[in-house]
Amino acid sequence: METTIEHNCEQVVNNNHTMTPTIYRVEKNRRDTHDTFTLHLSPEDQPLETVYEPGQFNMLYAFGVGEVPISISGDTTEWPKLVHTIRAVGSVTNALQSLATGDSIGVRGPYGKPWPVEATKGKDIILVAGGIGLAPLRPAIYQILHNRESYGKVILLYGSRRPLDILFRKELEKWRSRLDMFVDVTVDSSDRNWNGNVGVVPRLIDTANFDPIDTAAFVCGPEVMMRFTAMALNKRGVSSDNIYVSLERNMKCGVGLCGHCQMSNQFICKDGPVYTYSQVRETVLIREI
Amino acid sequence: MQQTLEPYLAEHPFLKGMNSHHVELITGCAENRRYNPGEFLYREGDEATHFYFIRHGRLAQEILRPQKGGIVIQTSGPGDVLGWAWLFPPHFRNLDCRAVELTRVLALDGVCLREKCEQDHELGYEIMKRFAHLMEQELESMRLRLLDIYGNND
Ligand SMILES: Cc1cc2nc3c(=O)[nH]c(=O)nc-3n(C[C@H](O)[C@H](O)[C@H](O)COP(=O)(O)OP(=O)(O)OC[C@H]3O[C@@H](n4cnc5c(N)ncnc54)[C@H](O)[C@@H]3O)c2cc1C
Ligand code: FES
Repeated sequence: METTIEHNCEQVVNNNHTMTPTIYRVEKNRRDTHDTFTLHLSPEDQPLETVYEPGQFNMLYAFGVGEVPISISGDTTEWPKLVHTIRAVGSVTNALQSLATGDSIGVRGPYGKPWPVEATKGKDIILVAGGIGLAPLRPAIYQILHNRESYGKVILLYGSRRPLDILFRKELEKWRSRLDMFVDVTVDSSDRNWNGNVGVVPRLIDTANFDPIDTAAFVCGPEVMMRFTAMALNKRGVSSDNIYVSLERNMKCGVGLCGHCQMSNQFICKDGPVYTYSQVRETVLIREI
Repeated sequence: MQQTLEPYLAEHPFLKGMNSHHVELITGCAENRRYNPGEFLYREGDEATHFYFIRHGRLAQEILRPQKGGIVIQTSGPGDVLGWAWLFPPHFRNLDCRAVELTRVLALDGVCLREKCEQDHELGYEIMKRFAHLMEQELESMRLRLLDIYGNND
């Protein structure tokens, strides 16, 4: 075990000082919903050396408060600029929420396995997001739409708690108006002022039009939602090998050293966060070990 | 009229696997209806006489909260089948149902169908099986919503 850690440490040190944050400056802090905001960041000096891929995350450091893993929610073509969409839930995310234009922030990354956007070319793509889960999926949506002709049907199904919690509302409307993409949104509950769907997001899968045999599904949201969504996709005939989910666990190092994110024999930070549903169905999503 | 409704019902996933005689019996209780946005199909406390195959549009099932207006419990759209209160005594509605947008449905007369089910228990069993499945799906959705998965606790 010790040798593995030593070996990992060596790798990390050799890998461009992965543990040292790079300083980024806040260009804009835009409020998305009552508890969610988006940070637009640009490098103060040298940018992160690696171009990121959809589904990867960075460790964001609010100086003097702490560090948290946050997925990249922007367009990969805009590198070295970074966009992160964050829900304020605790000490670090609240500190990030209070950042203003010109403030500094530490960034390490990008880390983790991405959504298989390239490998799924040629298939119908169904993206299913719940709540803040739309943020980690957004870079995949951008990349798919940049190469729209390489995919079959593209379907985005999004569920949130109430209408006022809907993330990226304007963008959802823009995507919905495209002729080459199907977008449907549902909320868990609402008053009469909402004219859209009310019900859970897996219900939308029953009536979506795609070819189950040749479909890849990218699913991101709370784990219960991902499980029910995967079951609904299985029922429609999509194999668990073609369903990709993104897992979240508490993280510290982000590079497979500390064991904070370990589930079974997996370090979510480096072996994930994106897995096929067949990889995690038994060990991670259902029976927590 | 019945002739035009039968192919629709025969092909509907809800009635998949049902023999043509039974589909014919069901079609005998069906009629086309259209509802304008805001129009109520029924209200809480009404006698439950019909259920619906939604062909177009969206229906909202609501509970009225005094002084706060209606809260939407669930919406249903094209392809969905709505309503089972007609099956179970005392056959009263416990929700409001409103057309959110222009909605076209096949309305099935539950009183007529109940009589046919009493006479033909095989038909009754086929109907019960399908509504039991529908209720199972709705129960599953409700369980998921009960967890409030998008709340801070997840
Ligand atoms: C790979 C990965 C990618 C992530 N991407 C994003 C992202 O793009 N946007 C985003 O907003 N968050 C994301 N998260 C979650 C984010 O890291 C946590 O919300 C954050 O660490 C909370 O830190 P905190 O100090 O603000 O809250 P803490 O003080 O650690 O926690 C405060 C409260 O929030 C709850 N909480 C902690 N983590 C979560 C969580 N993941 N979901 C819901 N409640 C939680 C705790 O149980 C506690 O009750 C991601 C997590 C991982 C592992
Ligand atoms: S966060 Fe340290 S091993 Fe994954």
